[in-house]
Amino acid sequence: MDIDFPIHNDGNSEGYDSLYKVKLEKFEGPLDLLLYLIKKSELDIYDIPIAIITKQYLEYIKLMKDLNLEIAGDFLVMASTLIQIKSSMLLPTRNEENPEEEGEDPRAELIRRLIEYSRYKEAALVLNQQKLLGRELFARSFPSDELASDEIPTEPLELDLFALIEAFRNILSKAPHESFHEVCAESISIAERINEILSLLQEKEIIAFADLFENGTDRDYLVATFLAILELCKLKLICVRQEEQYGSIWIKPAVVETTDNEEQENKDDSSST
Amino acid sequence: MTAHRLKSILESLIFISEEPMSLDRLCGILHEYDREIIRSCLHTLQGEYENPERGIFLAEVAKRYQFRTREENGEYVRRLVKTKSSRFSQSALETLAITAYRQPITRAEIEYLRGVDSGGVIKTLLEKKLIKILGKKDIPGRPLIYGTTLFFLEMFSLKDLKSLPTLREIEELVGEGMQEQQEELPLEDVIHTAIAETSAPVSEES
Repeated sequence: MDIDFPIHNDGNSEGYDSLYKVKLEKFEGPLDLLLYLIKKSELDIYDIPIAIITKQYLEYIKLMKDLNLEIAGDFLVMASTLIQIKSSMLLPTRNEENPEEEGEDPRAELIRRLIEYSRYKEAALVLNQQKLLGRELFARSFPSDELASDEIPTEPLELDLFALIEAFRNILSKAPHESFHEVCAESISIAERINEILSLLQEKEIIAFADLFENGTDRDYLVATFLAILELCKLKLICVRQEEQYGSIWIKPAVVETTDNEEQENKDDSSST
Repeated sequence: MTAHRLKSILESLIFISEEPMSLDRLCGILHEYDREIIRSCLHTLQGEYENPERGIFLAEVAKRYQFRTREENGEYVRRLVKTKSSRFSQSALETLAITAYRQPITRAEIEYLRGVDSGGVIKTLLEKKLIKILGKKDIPGRPLIYGTTLFFLEMFSLKDLKSLPTLREIEELVGEGMQEQQEELPLEDVIHTAIAETSAPVSEES
């Protein structure tokens, strides 16, 4: 049986040193390294000789150290797990409650993880063999911002907090990174932005989410605006809607309905009096 | 005759659309035509574009239709487009594969399966819009849960998540030796362990 992990099939690397040097960066993590060691020594994954594999693993960690590579904490955690398994295998399994029942093989969990990992590693390969948009295949692409719909939605969708945060991330990512250190930034308070948004809504009835961020170049302003929107939502002064998935997000005063009600109530009041 | 016209209309609509067109959307625009007729015309159109002499074909991705350039011409198109070719690191592919098969999944579960810290790669995949936050898991700490996006299907030319090879099929690729043992290690158990490890304590099974 030949398990083909392409990460290791560079071929002509016999010497340990050269082999390690070539492979070093390619291990995704301790599980990847263990799989490699198991395959290289042609060990049975279901019956891993812990002593051998621990020795090889530690040699590898030492090599990383010798090469002055930063060893990720995950590798050290696995090293201690291996040693722990090794020591618990040395001890007789003593189960006082059920003497007949054998305790679980200390390697079981590690084996499960290794098998599971190898499966996803293979799944990753399968994904990479797909024809990728932008690699093998191409489609016509429109600059979506220019085509983003400016039409005022007719039947808006309710949207959740994550969509709102996602939209804010987009705006933040477009903001230029400040390249200088501003000592006395004139920051804008959330309260000010709340008032600005409210007065804008009085003029316009409906505003696109992105438009509220248009004048802003610095992150303080953007963050204040976003917090102001969240605050206004919390105060139930505005409602935030989206017409379609990934479509523009719209902000409307939530008071429209209540004023209707109030008018209604006023009418009722006036009629009753 | 109508079918003939319809095919031509469909071709125009899909050509001009900025994103893959769903059957629903097409049916909405072409309300005067029957859904089944539209569907069969799409198939005919797809068949016509299968001609290897053509430079584009009608791809069905994420259950939507889009004209795409042929794989064989990729090299030349790349000379024109000059954008960074989409390539994925091993860690990105692993994380995507785990997310695709195991969604909804938390970061801790991904990290348990991979054995390494995956915060950075999750962030990159979120930025590339290949995965998204689905919400929060109802366990202590309320960790975020992730899933793949429609764009993931578009990017990897997949009709839907079901068109990914099943993990069982992948096992066959991995090798027969492992497959024999597979019965003893059902996937659910592994996942169960994984989740139990990373989340709230679960009462021990006898």
